Amino acid sequence: MRTLSYKDAISEALVQAMDNDPDIFIFGLGVDDYKGIFGTTREAYRRFGPERVFDTPASEGALMGITLGAAVNGKRPVMVHARNDFMFLALDQLLNNAAKWKYVYAGKTSVPCLVRGIVGKGWGQGVTHSQNIQAVCAHVPGLHVAVPSSPYLAKGLILQALQTDGPVVILESRALYDTVGPVSEEMYTFDFGKAHVCRRGKDVTVVATSLMVPEALKAAGILEAHGIDLEIIDPVSLQPMDERTIIESVKKTGHLICVDNDWLRCGFSAEVAAVVADQAFGSLKKPVKRIGWAFSPCPVSKTLEDRFYPSCQNIIETVLHLLDRDVPYNKECALTTDTFLGPY
Amino acid sequence: MNEDAYKNIFLTMLRIRQTEEKIVSVYAEQNMRTPTHLSIGQEAVAAAVCQALEPQDQVFVSHRCHAAYLARGGCLDAFFAELCGRVTGSSRGRAGSAHLSSVEKHVFASPILGAMIPVAVGAALSFFMDRLPKIAVVFFGDAAVEEGVFSESLNFAVLKKLPVLFVCENNLYSTHSPLSVRQPPSPIYERIRVPELLSRQTDGNDAVRLYQTVSDLIPRVRQGDGPAFLECLTYRIREHVGPLFDYDRGYRSQEEVESWMERCPIQRLQEFITGQGIMTQDEIEEKRKEWSGQAEASYQKALKSPWPEGNTLLENVY
Repeated sequence: MRTLSYKDAISEALVQAMDNDPDIFIFGLGVDDYKGIFGTTREAYRRFGPERVFDTPASEGALMGITLGAAVNGKRPVMVHARNDFMFLALDQLLNNAAKWKYVYAGKTSVPCLVRGIVGKGWGQGVTHSQNIQAVCAHVPGLHVAVPSSPYLAKGLILQALQTDGPVVILESRALYDTVGPVSEEMYTFDFGKAHVCRRGKDVTVVATSLMVPEALKAAGILEAHGIDLEIIDPVSLQPMDERTIIESVKKTGHLICVDNDWLRCGFSAEVAAVVADQAFGSLKKPVKRIGWAFSPCPVSKTLEDRFYPSCQNIIETVLHLLDRDVPYNKECALTTDTFLGPY
Repeated sequence: MNEDAYKNIFLTMLRIRQTEEKIVSVYAEQNMRTPTHLSIGQEAVAAAVCQALEPQDQVFVSHRCHAAYLARGGCLDAFFAELCGRVTGSSRGRAGSAHLSSVEKHVFASPILGAMIPVAVGAALSFFMDRLPKIAVVFFGDAAVEEGVFSESLNFAVLKKLPVLFVCENNLYSTHSPLSVRQPPSPIYERIRVPELLSRQTDGNDAVRLYQTVSDLIPRVRQGDGPAFLECLTYRIREHVGPLFDYDRGYRSQEEVESWMERCPIQRLQEFITGQGIMTQDEIEEKRKEWSGQAEASYQKALKSPWPEGNTLLENVY
C-alpha cells in the first residue's frame, strides 16, 4: 500500500471530505498561513480558498460557540488549535453547550463539528504547550474523543468525524506528525468506539494511546527476541470506548499494562484499569500497571523533560516485572529517539 | 527634561537588544531548547514603561517577555541559565523562555494569550484593598484583546477603578495572521474606549513620546483615577518564534520589515541622546560592547552551570 506521513494523512482526509461535502469549512488561528498547521491545512487552503479555510481572531471561547451556531444550521465546521492547551479557553462552549446539545433538545437537533487539537511534546514546549486535554473531554458525556496513533488511523478518524452526527474532538500528537505508514488513497472511515489491535500476543496486554503505541510496538519487538509475546491494543477512541476488545485480551493474557500519553491521575489509564477490575478481575494474575507522565507540569529543562516522559524502556521493565523475568536487552535501543529540533 | 530617565531607557533598550542578539547568534547550537519570542524592534515599550514604575510595582507579561524581564532588572545570569534549562535559571530550568519571570523583581509571564490580564487586575485589586500606592502593569499583544478575558478584565478594572495599566504592544501580527484579518480597522485604543477609562495610543518605537505618555498616565493610575490603556504601535522584526528573519515566507514583505527597521527604536533614541549631548557616540559604542560581553559571559556561565537533579522533578507540586 502507498505510505503517507501522519500530517499528510490528515491533510488528505480534510481535502477529500471537503470535496465531498461543501458544508465543511476549516477555521482557527493560522490555518491559512504558510505553515498551515504544520502542513495539515495547506492543501485544503490551496484547493478551496479563503471562503472555506480561513484565519480567525484569537478568541477560542467565542469561536467554539460560533462553531456550534454554524453547525446547528447545517454547516460542518472544523475548528483547529495548533496546541490543545488553548482548548482550555474553549471549554465552556465545548462542555456546557456542544456536549449537551443533542441531549437537551431531545435529539431533535445536533451540532456536527470537529475540533482538532495538537498535543505538543519535547524541545522545551513547557508547562502550557505540552498538556493533553483528552481526559477532560472524555469525562463529560456528549462528545466523541479520539487520539490517532498512526497515519492510517488519523485519516480514518477525520473522515469518520466529518460524517458523524455530533461534536468530535480529535487530539493529534505533534511528535507523530512526521511518522510514516500505509494509508489507502480511497476514502475510508475508522469507527469511534472501536479499538485497533496493533499486535496479537499471549503474554501481556498493553493498552497504549497515541504516541505511546509506537513505543509499545518497539518494546514488543525487543521482547520478542526473548520469547515474550505482547498484545498491543490502541483504544483509538477514548469516548466511546471499546471495552470488549480490552477485556477479551486481558482474559487471554492475565496481565494489563496501560500506557498513556497523559498524567495518570483521574486519566484514561485509570478508566481502563477500572473497567478491567470490574469485568476481568478474576483473570488478572498480577495487579494492573500504569505508565504515563510524571505528576508534575512538563518542565523545560532537558534533564527533567527526559524524566517526565515515559519510554519504551519503562514498558519493557514493567513487562519484565509482571512476568518475574530478567532478560538482557539493549537499553540504548529502548530509549526514545528525539529528532525534533524545535522550536514549535 | 529628565536626562537620566532617557539615558536609563536607552541603556535598557541596548541591553535588551544585545542580549537577544546573543540568543540569535547561538540559538542554532541547540543549548537553548525552548521556543523563544524575541522582542527585537519592540524594546522601547518595556524600557519606557518600566522606567516610569516604582520597584514595588508588579509587571505581568505574555510570551514575548524577555524585554520586560530585563527592563525590570532581572538577573542576566539567571536569564541565560533559564533558557539553557539549568538549575541556576530564574525558574530553576522549569519555565524556559515563554514563562520567563523574576519573582524577585515582580515580573510574571505566561504565553497563553491574555492569561495574565486578569491576574494583573487581581493584583491591582489587592493594592486597592490594602490601600497600597502600587500599580500593576500588564503587557500583551494585539491578539490578546480578541480574547474574552480581556473585555471581562477591562470591565472589572474600570468598574472597581483599579490601579492597573494595560499596555497593548500592537505589532500588527498574531503569529503570521495580520491584524486586518482579525479585527476591524478602527484603532484598538478607540474601539475599547469607555468614558471611565484613560485610553491612549502612541508610537511604540518612539521612546521619548512613550515615556512622556506613561509619565502622564502612571501617576493618575497610582493616585486612584482608575485604570489606563495604552496602545503602542510597534513591530516584530524577527520571526514569531525563533531567531530568524521570515520575510521570505509570504505573509509580510521584505519592504515592510525594512521600513520598520528604519524606524528602529534604539536608533531613534540614540539620535536623540547624542543630539542632546546626553551620551557621546563613543560612550554608546562602549556600552554596546559591554552589554554584548555580559550576554556572552552569562551564556558561557549558564553552559557551565549544573542541570536540575532528576529527582527534583516533582518539586513544588502539591
